[in-house]
Amino acid sequence: MGRKLLLENLDKPEINTIDGYIKYGGYRALEKALKSMTPDEVTEEVKKSGLRGRGGAGFPTGMKWSFLDKSTDKPRYLLCNADESEPGTFKDRLLMEKIPHLLVEGMIVSSYALGCRTSYIYIRGEYMFILRILEKAIAEAYAKGYLGQNILGTGYSLDLHVHPGAGAYICGEETALIESLEGKRGNPRIKPPFPAIAGLYNCPTIVNNVESIAAVVPIVNNGGEDYAKIGIGKSTGTKLISASGNINKPGVYEIELGVSVEEFIYSDEYCGGIANGLDIKACVPGGSSVPILPKDLLFKQSDGSPRLMTYESLSEGGFATGSMLGSGGFIVFDEKACIVRNTWNFARFYHHESCGQCSPCREGTGWMERVLHNIEYGHGKMEDIDLLWDIQRKIEGNTICPLGDAAAWPVAAAIRHFRHEFEYHVKYPHRVFDADHVYQPEMKMQTV
Amino acid sequence: MTEAKHIELSPEAMMEVGRIISHYPADKQKSALLPVLHIAQKEFGGWLSSESMDYVARLLHIHPIEVYEVATFYSMFNTKPVGKVLIEVCQTGPCCLNGAEKIVSYLEKKLQIKVGETTRDGMFTLKTVECLGACGYAPMFQIGETFYEHLTEEKVDNILLEMRNKNS
Repeated sequence: MGRKLLLENLDKPEINTIDGYIKYGGYRALEKALKSMTPDEVTEEVKKSGLRGRGGAGFPTGMKWSFLDKSTDKPRYLLCNADESEPGTFKDRLLMEKIPHLLVEGMIVSSYALGCRTSYIYIRGEYMFILRILEKAIAEAYAKGYLGQNILGTGYSLDLHVHPGAGAYICGEETALIESLEGKRGNPRIKPPFPAIAGLYNCPTIVNNVESIAAVVPIVNNGGEDYAKIGIGKSTGTKLISASGNINKPGVYEIELGVSVEEFIYSDEYCGGIANGLDIKACVPGGSSVPILPKDLLFKQSDGSPRLMTYESLSEGGFATGSMLGSGGFIVFDEKACIVRNTWNFARFYHHESCGQCSPCREGTGWMERVLHNIEYGHGKMEDIDLLWDIQRKIEGNTICPLGDAAAWPVAAAIRHFRHEFEYHVKYPHRVFDADHVYQPEMKMQTV
Repeated sequence: MTEAKHIELSPEAMMEVGRIISHYPADKQKSALLPVLHIAQKEFGGWLSSESMDYVARLLHIHPIEVYEVATFYSMFNTKPVGKVLIEVCQTGPCCLNGAEKIVSYLEKKLQIKVGETTRDGMFTLKTVECLGACGYAPMFQIGETFYEHLTEEKVDNILLEMRNKNS
């Protein structure tokens, strides 16, 4: 059993209430930080911890904090990114739903470190039921004197609010989130300036994922060095992994970074193996945006050593043979899953979610969706496969925000590793008319 | 302008709007737009007519176009009428690996409508949506603020019955 820092008390009674949370050690980090540490000392512990952004990008949180412009008199803002929308990802939801005070405490401690007087949690609109849970938790925190004026008599004051989105994946991109919070369409901004210089209302702003902010609580409680002891190399601490797809035990698991992929999939502690006694075909280890890996590349790195659940190991080999840890949205495909169908599905998702500002993304995502639809439904031509490759290559790197890359990578990886399935669809159109069709492994032989 | 009389939030909703506006700096009322549109949509029958959008613009002292451009951008805002019960089925990858497409077909058969349509009695609208963050509990749909997960045909039957009883 690995150490758990975030979900340790998940099953404790009344952990969703402030009294239950305090009973199991809650709000100790708040007392410690506000009463015995300077804001810079808190930031220093976060730096020492090696914590990397848990939303997907993996940028070191402490370093991000240090970019905050403190030279102006403008207000500074901390925004929590709770716009969890990356397909395959549902970890922040569990954390907020079950242990809302962990996020509230993390927000207070982090806001203190950054010198914010007002902070917001931007939550996706579809999580309205969680917004209500968070608002209740925030009201409880105000009542206890953990929020509002002069918190615990320390002279530090903070207001915390929850702000709902309204259905837009793009608002998980930090500048789109800021635009949305200002009451506008979620169109990402051109960077620089970065939000740390000019963010919400043109003021210095830090945007952090729910899990990153929650992790600040154990980091302050136990010290950054203790946190950094967990994990391997630059992948420190624990990570919430959302496991879904064709596995026996879908759900959210807190792992120590460094567990092997094989253990994560087959151990009863985590996914519990592939459902229905089938074999695994592939896995998308970090949310829909990251490259899909076939089973022969999933379990081993190029040097033959086991592939681990870390930022470095999952990306080992680059996109030729690797993928990314991303948001930890771990989607498993069994041997019967149709890779073409799933690639079309994801392409439709990105087409739907493109904000429309940049032509390569706005037009390219729709084009990829249509070509993939044709192939999946038996109307494809062999040259369509090369066409897809060409389109994705022209989207990648040519857009304001990473949504373009996120749309391109899954298509590229599917063709790179499963070209035979695309060819099979083109060669045997009559076999794929049924939406339920399964790709038979022996047919690979016929097409190659 | 005779219609305008109907376009007014209830006193409780107005209180809520006031509370939400207070969350933002005094000159940044526009920030309240998304949460206020959620309230307006709920109060005005589950969708936003141009009249109700104009009303929200007046509430927040912004131009109507600022409301239109936002209302048409975000997928949760309906700019056309919907049934009393809006069923939003997640159709993204992980849900499809666990039978989301079968649930959609079953709903179409059961309600005798296609995705995007409303039943003739105005009770149900069926919509497919992208990832709702319930991938581990698939297949699923959302009605109002509630997630219904691990769906089976039997569960769907029961939910439809319950919704019909609650809303007739």
